[in-house]
Amino acid sequence: MAAATTSAAAGTRLSLRLPTTAGARGAAGLLGLVLLIEGLPRLGVVDAAYFPPFTEMLSALREEAATSSFWSSLGDTVRGWALGLAIAVIAGCAVGMVIGMSSFLRAATATTIEFLRPIPSVALIPVVVLLYGTSMVSTLLLVVYASFWQIVVQVMYGVQDIDPVAAETARSYRFSRIGRTRHVVWPTTLPYAITGFRLAAAVALILEVTGELVIGSPGLGNDIALAQSAGAVDTMYALVLVTGLLGVTVNLLARAVEHRALHWHPSVRGVTA
Amino acid sequence: MTEVARRTAYAIALPLLLVTAWWFATADSTSFYWPSLQSILEAFVDTWTLDRVQQDVLPSLGRLLVGFSLAVVIGVLMGLAIGSSDWLRETLEPPLEFLRAIPPPVLVPVIMLFAGIGDGMKIAVIVSGCVWPVLLNTVEGVRGIDPVLRETATSYRLGRRRRITSLLLRAASPQIVAGARQALAIGIILMVISEMFAATNGLGFTIVQFQRSFAIPQMWSGVLLLGLIGVALSLLFRLVEIRVLAWYHGHRASQRKA
Repeated sequence: MAAATTSAAAGTRLSLRLPTTAGARGAAGLLGLVLLIEGLPRLGVVDAAYFPPFTEMLSALREEAATSSFWSSLGDTVRGWALGLAIAVIAGCAVGMVIGMSSFLRAATATTIEFLRPIPSVALIPVVVLLYGTSMVSTLLLVVYASFWQIVVQVMYGVQDIDPVAAETARSYRFSRIGRTRHVVWPTTLPYAITGFRLAAAVALILEVTGELVIGSPGLGNDIALAQSAGAVDTMYALVLVTGLLGVTVNLLARAVEHRALHWHPSVRGVTA
Repeated sequence: MTEVARRTAYAIALPLLLVTAWWFATADSTSFYWPSLQSILEAFVDTWTLDRVQQDVLPSLGRLLVGFSLAVVIGVLMGLAIGSSDWLRETLEPPLEFLRAIPPPVLVPVIMLFAGIGDGMKIAVIVSGCVWPVLLNTVEGVRGIDPVLRETATSYRLGRRRRITSLLLRAASPQIVAGARQALAIGIILMVISEMFAATNGLGFTIVQFQRSFAIPQMWSGVLLLGLIGVALSLLFRLVEIRVLAWYHGHRASQRKA
């Protein structure tokens, strides 16, 4: 008993001196990154004209945050991302379910999907620019095309993964088609669909920013291109940091959705327990 | 035999149907933006001559190959180091999560500042985007190694080298390959983007030039070529994967049977 208390006390004392928990180490890692960004240009390792210190990026960010154009660009980017992702999720789930549930459709569409899926979405850039110019629709089409495939393919895998015993049990209890979809197909497919959603959420952001950068539709990507051509290097880095934060938020959001939607699933229950 | 015929029919029916539909839907198209498939194909043959391929397609593919290979090597090496050490992983995870979350195309203007618009810039852009999926998957793969295997390797006193080649790389290879597949898709995107943004040659550059000069059938033929390259590279990757992971797929198949 006494020995246990002393060793526990020793443990706390040690952890006070050395940050040993994962959180503290992670914080140290982030701090290290900040110091690196600050230190490299200050020590002259990289040219400060190309790579300003972290504090200068921050003050550029503060200036940006005071302008309304920054917030409207951020709004454009988030809106384009959310809209494109939503369209892709709805269309992808519907198409994936219909194809996945019929072995005929699966066999008939396999080669077409295998062919269309690896077509890089950026190949469509000239086409959408020609048709829709630099409007938001151009970028939206890229986002939808790229994220649609992530979801369709996952949903199709999910539908095929249905336990045959469960499917036959539902049939012998004379579940209606809707009942079978609701109680057998949906719970099996959901984890796959959510994985597809998580991948698609990240891809959608990449394509949204890409579209803005290359096509010039309104948003953060376009602002980065403008800052670069205007030689406003610190503003450009500030905006790049913002897109990174946006990416982190998207990842966290997708993980939160996964937790909520799959709270009953063993993979998530195991994590929280 | 009938089985083979049935399968072939399934495989080619829909693509054939779609291409035929495209052909006839646009056959007497007068729309400037949607030229007939026939004129696109004719433009394809005229545009992508051996000369063009050498000038624009091969440099693009070369940059992709160099960038992708560098990214895989860097990603695997760093992944092995980070995955083998708990404190290193816990320290580097948040900064890496942040760097990974930056959409890779925004690095094009950043890297342009340092490396101009030459080959170096494009390769650096491709590496900076492709390295993350490989790195993170390698870390996960190394962490997920069966502890029994680990302990077996320790009790057989495998040397450092043998431990890396026969245990770490082997056991993590399915994950590494999965990461490399994601990286390839990102790499193709970045190859095109970096050329569309600033370049003097390359596939992306040429296609945008066609679009800007309203050479519409030529532009469509470029889009088609880009699609074909995407499909060809993913098939090539699949072939390599089947070879490299033959042991793994066999293992999984026998597990499923059991």
